Amino acid sequence: MNATRIFLGDRLGAGRGNRSDPGRTGAPDAADERAARRRRRRANKSPWRSPLAVTGLVIIGVFLVAAVFASVISPEDPLAQKWPKYQAPSAEHWFGTDQLGRDILSRVIHGTRVSLPLALLLVVLAMVIGTVLGAVAGYFGGWIDMVVMRCADLVLAFPAIILAMAVVAALGPNLTNAVLAVVVVSWPTYARVVRGLVLSLRQSDFVQADRLLGASGWRVLAVDLRPNLAGPVAVLAALDLGNAVLLLSGLSFLGLGAQPPAAEWGAMVNAGSANFDAWWVAVFPGAAILLSVLAFNFLGDTLRDALDPRTARAIRG
Amino acid sequence: MSTSSADTGVDRGTSRPGSAPVKGAAPGRGTASAKRRSHPFARFVLVRLGVGVLLCLGITILAFGLTHAVPGDPVAANLGQRALNDPAAVAAFKAKNGLDDSLPSQYWTYLTNLLHGDMGTSQQTHRPVWDDLGDKIPASLELALAAIVLALVIGVGLGIVAAVTRGRWPDRIIRVVSLAGVSVPVFWLAQVAFYVFSFKLGWIQAGGRLSPGAIPPDDITGLYTVDSLLTGEWGTFGEAFSRMVLPACVLAAFNIGVLTRFTRAAVLEALGNDYVRAARAKGLPESTVIRRHALRPALTSILTVAGLTFGGMLAGTVLVENVLSWPGLGQYAYKSALNLDLPSIMGVCLFVAVVYVVINLLVDLLYGVIDPRIRLS
Repeated sequence: MNATRIFLGDRLGAGRGNRSDPGRTGAPDAADERAARRRRRRANKSPWRSPLAVTGLVIIGVFLVAAVFASVISPEDPLAQKWPKYQAPSAEHWFGTDQLGRDILSRVIHGTRVSLPLALLLVVLAMVIGTVLGAVAGYFGGWIDMVVMRCADLVLAFPAIILAMAVVAALGPNLTNAVLAVVVVSWPTYARVVRGLVLSLRQSDFVQADRLLGASGWRVLAVDLRPNLAGPVAVLAALDLGNAVLLLSGLSFLGLGAQPPAAEWGAMVNAGSANFDAWWVAVFPGAAILLSVLAFNFLGDTLRDALDPRTARAIRG
Repeated sequence: MSTSSADTGVDRGTSRPGSAPVKGAAPGRGTASAKRRSHPFARFVLVRLGVGVLLCLGITILAFGLTHAVPGDPVAANLGQRALNDPAAVAAFKAKNGLDDSLPSQYWTYLTNLLHGDMGTSQQTHRPVWDDLGDKIPASLELALAAIVLALVIGVGLGIVAAVTRGRWPDRIIRVVSLAGVSVPVFWLAQVAFYVFSFKLGWIQAGGRLSPGAIPPDDITGLYTVDSLLTGEWGTFGEAFSRMVLPACVLAAFNIGVLTRFTRAAVLEALGNDYVRAARAKGLPESTVIRRHALRPALTSILTVAGLTFGGMLAGTVLVENVLSWPGLGQYAYKSALNLDLPSIMGVCLFVAVVYVVINLLVDLLYGVIDPRIRLS
């Protein structure tokens, strides 16, 4: 039935393209030609060529370079308090100075070393935990499935930030605990999507064939299912990176993540709320958060379009 | 070709953690109605209710466990240094809060109290948590209502435009805008908006629900805008309304992005159906096709997202509420978390999660009402 649906969907999709074409009153061969051109264009369309993905990649690249060479690039020491406080942006301090007289540009650059590696780390953690739990739940079913998915439901019943806040407040406010908290609230998404994929893949012929050849359940998971899950999970992770940066900086903004004097974007935005005359204190670190999250989302969103529609629907955000 | 994909488990409730929807038990839907043909809808309702109650019970365990299985010491957090040195005071505090009992018995006490409407006493305000929540809920509710209306109108509108102009420039622009909406850190957006519109331009007032000295309207619903209208206090209404504009817009920004993308996908999916083809073939104007044939079926999934978004908004507003000093649930939760105020955190978590489950349940039931295929499948 699923196969029929996909088949019909494709046919209808193609039909719709022609139909909504404003020039369809023209000669039939012209319409055909247009359709052919469209098909060719679509075939050319690798996700890596879309302007959105390229923009995202470039921005991420810039941020990565900034993170690796932070100490070389940044004009000043991010922790040095040797300038007058609250200086407006100038030729000397492009982003101005903050409430302790530190150079904000240097702090924003060094902030990449906090936010990006941690976001990567926690997304990988959440991805591994969620994927393994979801795959095991989906493949073996029964009580494992029951327990895992009910836990996921429970976590998802809380707004992410509240649960993360409770976890951090309980464990003590520091960056490590903030990362842990975000992992705790992030894994269920992976578990859900992976479980769904495994449930539908389980019935496929190649899995049945491998089972008949005597493969164990674990072997099926590792050999037959893993490659099929890799794509969707990678896309989900790309989309999740942005969320991770947002949540982590949000916790730091509330004072529950990075502690002073660490150069962390969220905490820097918070410092800006003390003095609204000095707009530059908050604006630049915030813009850095926005840019990096936007880049991850551009990338993730384009990659998702490259997945097959049924899988893409499962991880629509 | 049912819209319910419970058989695959890849259901449409799956989303990103920010908007974190819950599908109580996706498989329940298919099996429940298959077992008995006579009252499929009644059975559907019962199964959903049962799952909801179980989920609520799980939530109490999680909220309880989370706040108890932690190194934070509520005694040290709540007593002053002098009281801490006095063993009698420490013992009295422990006895009063039942901190000496075993965990299961503490949980049991908590649960029975809860069923009697007693959520404990806040260690910050020394008032019953339920009273504290009662003060905060209307503020958050008012803000969330305003934001969801705004987000629905703009988000669904943009989503439809994007779907209709698929692949052309309006669609592309809307895509970038909605991606920007979900990418912007709300706490920063709130600050920037406050700086620009309130601090620099002075167009709107922000911070709090009313100006510091103002007297709130009589408490009828607790929503200041509604109450002031009911009592005819126009000045108060203007004030309450204008102060809500900024937080509501900021809160809506993220959700506009989510709703736009969801609507676009749902409408596109509906446009791929045979009956849309048939409607076009019989010569209906495109606007009718969109409105009657594509939007109707898309509404069910838009409804789900909107419901869950609303649930998330109630307390997912910690950041906005803190920046714009909106005295709602989020701010209360934040203050409780900082002070290790266990009963209050549990109260907020519990309330929000239960609301979430209830909304989820309502959405599922509405689904059944709107789409007969789901309750009768």
